[in-house]
Amino acid sequence: MFHLQDITKVYRRRQQEVVAFKASSLDIGLGEYVAVVGPSGSGKTTLLSMLGGMLSPDTGKVWFEGESLYDLSITARTRRRREQIGFVFQTFNLVPYLTALENVQVPLFLNGVSKSEQRDRAVSLLEQVGLGNRIEHKPSELSTGQQQRVALARTLANNPRLILADEPTGNLDPDSREAVLSMFDKFVSEGRTIVMVTHDPGAAARASRQLRLNDGMLVSSEESQNVTGAKPAKAA
Amino acid sequence: MNLKTLVWRELAERPSAMLTSTLMILLGVTALVAIRHVTVFSEREVGQQLQSLGANVLVLPKEATLQDYYSADLTERTLPESHVASILLENLPGVERLSPKLCVSAKVADRDVTLTGILPQSEFQAKAVWQSVSLFSNKHEGCKKAACGPKTYDAAPETLASERTIDQLKGNEAVIGADVAEFSALKPGQSIKMFGEKLQVLAVLPRTGTVDDSRVFAHLHTVQRLTNAGEVVNAIEVMGCCEDAAGGLVPKLAELLPDAKVVTISQVVSTQVGINRLMSQMSLFVLAILVIVGGASVASTISSNVRERRREVGTLMALGATPSLVTRMFLLKAWTLGIVGAVGGSVLGLIVAMVLGSQWAGVAVTPLPGLIALSIGVALVITTLAALWPARSAAKLDPCCCFQEI
Ligand SMILES: Nc1ncnc2c1ncn2[C@@H]1O[C@H](COP(=O)(O)OP(=O)(O)OP(=O)(O)O)[C@@H](O)[C@H]1O
Ligand SMILES: [Mg+2]
Repeated sequence: MFHLQDITKVYRRRQQEVVAFKASSLDIGLGEYVAVVGPSGSGKTTLLSMLGGMLSPDTGKVWFEGESLYDLSITARTRRRREQIGFVFQTFNLVPYLTALENVQVPLFLNGVSKSEQRDRAVSLLEQVGLGNRIEHKPSELSTGQQQRVALARTLANNPRLILADEPTGNLDPDSREAVLSMFDKFVSEGRTIVMVTHDPGAAARASRQLRLNDGMLVSSEESQNVTGAKPAKAA
Repeated sequence: MNLKTLVWRELAERPSAMLTSTLMILLGVTALVAIRHVTVFSEREVGQQLQSLGANVLVLPKEATLQDYYSADLTERTLPESHVASILLENLPGVERLSPKLCVSAKVADRDVTLTGILPQSEFQAKAVWQSVSLFSNKHEGCKKAACGPKTYDAAPETLASERTIDQLKGNEAVIGADVAEFSALKPGQSIKMFGEKLQVLAVLPRTGTVDDSRVFAHLHTVQRLTNAGEVVNAIEVMGCCEDAAGGLVPKLAELLPDAKVVTISQVVSTQVGINRLMSQMSLFVLAILVIVGGASVASTISSNVRERRREVGTLMALGATPSLVTRMFLLKAWTLGIVGAVGGSVLGLIVAMVLGSQWAGVAVTPLPGLIALSIGVALVITTLAALWPARSAAKLDPCCCFQEI
């Protein structure tokens, strides 16, 4: 699904250079469940942003499904993201002035789905995450766990093939955390792909593969023992 | 869900954020619409005055001002009535009618009115025959009027309101203005008592909205006799046959009557024309203020909104919003506040113009759809231009900011 080739991303601030991410080669295969771990500031979010087509690397290419992501026009890149990628954020990033239903409708609207279909799909997605009776509530009227479930419904709205998640369980209570992780398990079991940044060792252990970053460098890539079938990755 | 709902939900959630710049646009459009409306109607009024007075030239006493003539306050200063005959005898080219007037203050039913003495046109005919002049037959060079043939002198007395002259009026008859008729409850055929003498009401004039509404018109010689004024008048209106006549008449009349003041109507309305010009310039000034203050306010509102909504913009981009959609989203916010401000301002400006127009400028204002549409258009162009830069900058935001915690 992904092939990263000679990627560097450097931030320059007041004559100081920070190498946020650097990798000579990295592959992520279709159906893999990848956990990205490492200390704070090690470049995990930077990597995720580049995979999502939101941050262009300074050098190298990001191949996504055989296309060089950053050689596409911004519109084409946005379309790939809209149609194939779902994001999950640590702070959920729900739009505060929209109801749960409307929040789930946003990606459908962006994808040009008709109004009535938007509503039908959003209602059924919210029912799937157990919030069928809270569709008219604003995020501020929902608990943290409920907010993340609305965010998950929104992530799944356009039926993505890939989920990019940045610390999806960081702000959650154990029950909600489990709900998110089991939904991820189900997602992967359908043959789809997840790249998840996490500080949570338990969550990382459920992935098929762990990528460890340190100071922007890929230090190790190991398969989890409990999962089979994942491709071995080349460490940089 | 569409772009409109997205924008509308945000504005409905916290309308106060957009209030200041909406107010700026609103006030600017209010001022623009109000001033333009009053100006347009004031200009129309001047045009109507010019038209109703025709190609008039006024002969006034030397010391009299035009303002005196307009407010019918000419009682102090007089001209000898013999000037009328002088003008008649001179048979100046382009003169079509003469109307000498003598105005005195009087009371009818305890209200102030102006008793105005006029000479019916039929008497000029008599005088002309008696003096053996061919009456008003001298065409000026290049006259556009088709025929200046003999007249019949049988027009209804009500034509006094529009023509400013009357064909027939006997010594014991009066014609009253609409206001006088209203407060004295007099009808044609009844009699009105002026300076102890009963005059029969010949007709009530249609309302003109001018000082004529509170006049009582009577025969010039009756007014002279009742007030012991002697053979004098306050003003002589000289009607030219067409616009071109007026200019040529002024120097000739001035030469003929060196003790009088000869003015044209365009001089009479010159003050109003000056005020109108001032108001026109003022509306340009208001437009400039609207552009600068309104534009700056919209630009700052939208750019602070972009800053405030950075994370949402990033999230929308992560969900697949294109940069052009983000730009359109912020432009739509600007348009919403622009439309609210412009429409509100138009309504308010119209109300202001209707109230103040009649109070200050004495003109009746009715809505001018074209002007309102233009004002709204101008306001929208300003908001668009002002919001364009911040809206574009929103599209260039780093979508990665959606990963940052608040
Ligand atoms: N916009 C930016 N400008 C400058 N430096 C940046 C920017 N974004 C990230 N960095 C730097 O790049 C490095 C990697 O940042 P990144 O956000 O990827 O870390 P992270 O692994 O996600 O950390 P955390 O676990 O705290 O979220 C850090 O040193 C950070 O300071
Ligand atoms: Mg991070």
